Amino acid sequence: MTIQEKQQDLIDEFSIYEDWMDKYEYIIELGKAVKGLSEAHKTKDKLIEGCQSNVWLACTLQDGKMFFEADADAIITKGIIGMLLQVYNGETPQTILQTEPFFIDAIGLTEHLSPTRANGLLSMVKRIKTEALQSLNP
Amino acid sequence: MGASPFSVQAIRDQFPALRQQVYGKQLIYFDNGATSQKPQVVLDTLKQYYALENANIHRGVHYLSQQATTAYEQARRTIQSYIRAKSPDEIIFTKGTTDAINLVAYSFGELLKAGDEILITAMEHHSNIVPWQLLCERKGCVLKVVPISKKGELDLVAFEELLSEKTKLFALTHISNTLGTINPVQSLIQKAHQVGAKVLLDGAQSIQHLTIDVKALNCDFYAFSGHKVFGPTGIGILYGKEEILEKMPPYQGGGDMIAKVTFERTTYNTLPFKFEAGTPHIAGAIGLGSAIEFLNSLDLEAAAAHELELTKYAQGILDTFEGLHIIGEAKNKTSVVSFTIDNMHPFDLGTLLDKQGIAVRTGHHCTQPLMDFFGIPGTVRASFAFYNTKAEIDTFVAALERSMQILGA
Ligand SMILES: Cc1ncc(COP(=O)(O)O)c(C=O)c1O
Repeated sequence: MTIQEKQQDLIDEFSIYEDWMDKYEYIIELGKAVKGLSEAHKTKDKLIEGCQSNVWLACTLQDGKMFFEADADAIITKGIIGMLLQVYNGETPQTILQTEPFFIDAIGLTEHLSPTRANGLLSMVKRIKTEALQSLNP
Repeated sequence: MGASPFSVQAIRDQFPALRQQVYGKQLIYFDNGATSQKPQVVLDTLKQYYALENANIHRGVHYLSQQATTAYEQARRTIQSYIRAKSPDEIIFTKGTTDAINLVAYSFGELLKAGDEILITAMEHHSNIVPWQLLCERKGCVLKVVPISKKGELDLVAFEELLSEKTKLFALTHISNTLGTINPVQSLIQKAHQVGAKVLLDGAQSIQHLTIDVKALNCDFYAFSGHKVFGPTGIGILYGKEEILEKMPPYQGGGDMIAKVTFERTTYNTLPFKFEAGTPHIAGAIGLGSAIEFLNSLDLEAAAAHELELTKYAQGILDTFEGLHIIGEAKNKTSVVSFTIDNMHPFDLGTLLDKQGIAVRTGHHCTQPLMDFFGIPGTVRASFAFYNTKAEIDTFVAALERSMQILGA
């Protein structure tokens, strides 16, 4: 599946929900399913501090593909992280650099990536791209 | 203008923002601690000013400028009489509470020397912490902090121990924006004065809930923001006793604050203009005047009683929730109910409440040291104004229960 198809999949999954609360219930379910990081792995260098919630992001490069693990202290944030990881995991750094997470807008979650939300997600997307860039120019 | 009998519905009718729906749900606005909604009369005043009365003040000979100057100075007098200040010269227009406190920290701070002490409390907003830290860095003053109890009340014994001849200024919040605690300012001010300290009250959360009489309180400074008291953003007030303001050097230089400028030497304008450099927020000042006149038309005692009743009602219900902890249980508190729930992040609760049409604030409320004291990252805060109702609280409680169900499941 291409990275665009993965995004479209998420959009389709959400299209069955009309009510905002149903959407969020689903996001929370996704959040609970995210494996997260063990306390030992939640180190300072992985922390992305937000004003409202904190995010941790770890990244590895395997055979030219990037894999991310992440966690958050708020479950809604974690749910959105789960979706971002679904999209970006296993992709090449080049693809990651070229791909904006358009599904966020399409699902109606734009507010969570707005700078004023300060929940760490916007910084997390930036960090994913920085990691991708660094892996190209080590 | 005589006050009319208190009717929440009649008041609500004057606030267009309260009539709207969000996410298809009737909006319930419980974020009044952050900012209040604006009555129609304030909106009309702003529109009228920009449509027909706009001109710069204090400098024009022409008709409009005269009109604008009169309106601006009339707003100053309206505010003076509302907080019972002795003279309009004691009312300085600022950008808001933060700006007013910074003015004092800079300008009154210029009169201080190394080793002088500034006393604040553990429940201050960052706006009443950071300006003093900057002053301490600049002047070598020392910042001392009055601790609080787990209930969210000031430790009065510690206060007296911290107070000394070295204390030059005691800066404290009148009502805590995070806890709702109403501090016993009258007696605190008296005690501070006994050692010769001046007192600044951060009135950001008290001007909209209590009757303020700066003469009776005998505080030396009182700061508040227009936007939290039904007026526009970008305007606020610093009240200061005339004899103290006279001694303080200007905060910023520019137009309006001068008497005469030469390259060799500039003399400053008289109070209050000495502290109002540049073209002020004329529309904001006039809008704030109109918000205060709106308050003057209400039965404020009944409004305050209504707010207290809402606070007790909400707190009474939430108290029965398992795993819910009220943060801020002072005996004397109003209009704020802050809480945490075991294993639920304030951000998640706030987001789910938002989707049900309910506006609350989540996070540290710009009081990080206070959060550290309670050992929590933040709270959910419902903060009320007199236009809120018990029915809204009932809807909020049901929405909170639903949110907890979803998060706990
Ligand atoms: C107690 C307190 N002090 C100061 C402020 C700062 O007010 P402003 O941001 O309007 O300057 C606030 C507002 O959040 C407050 O609640």
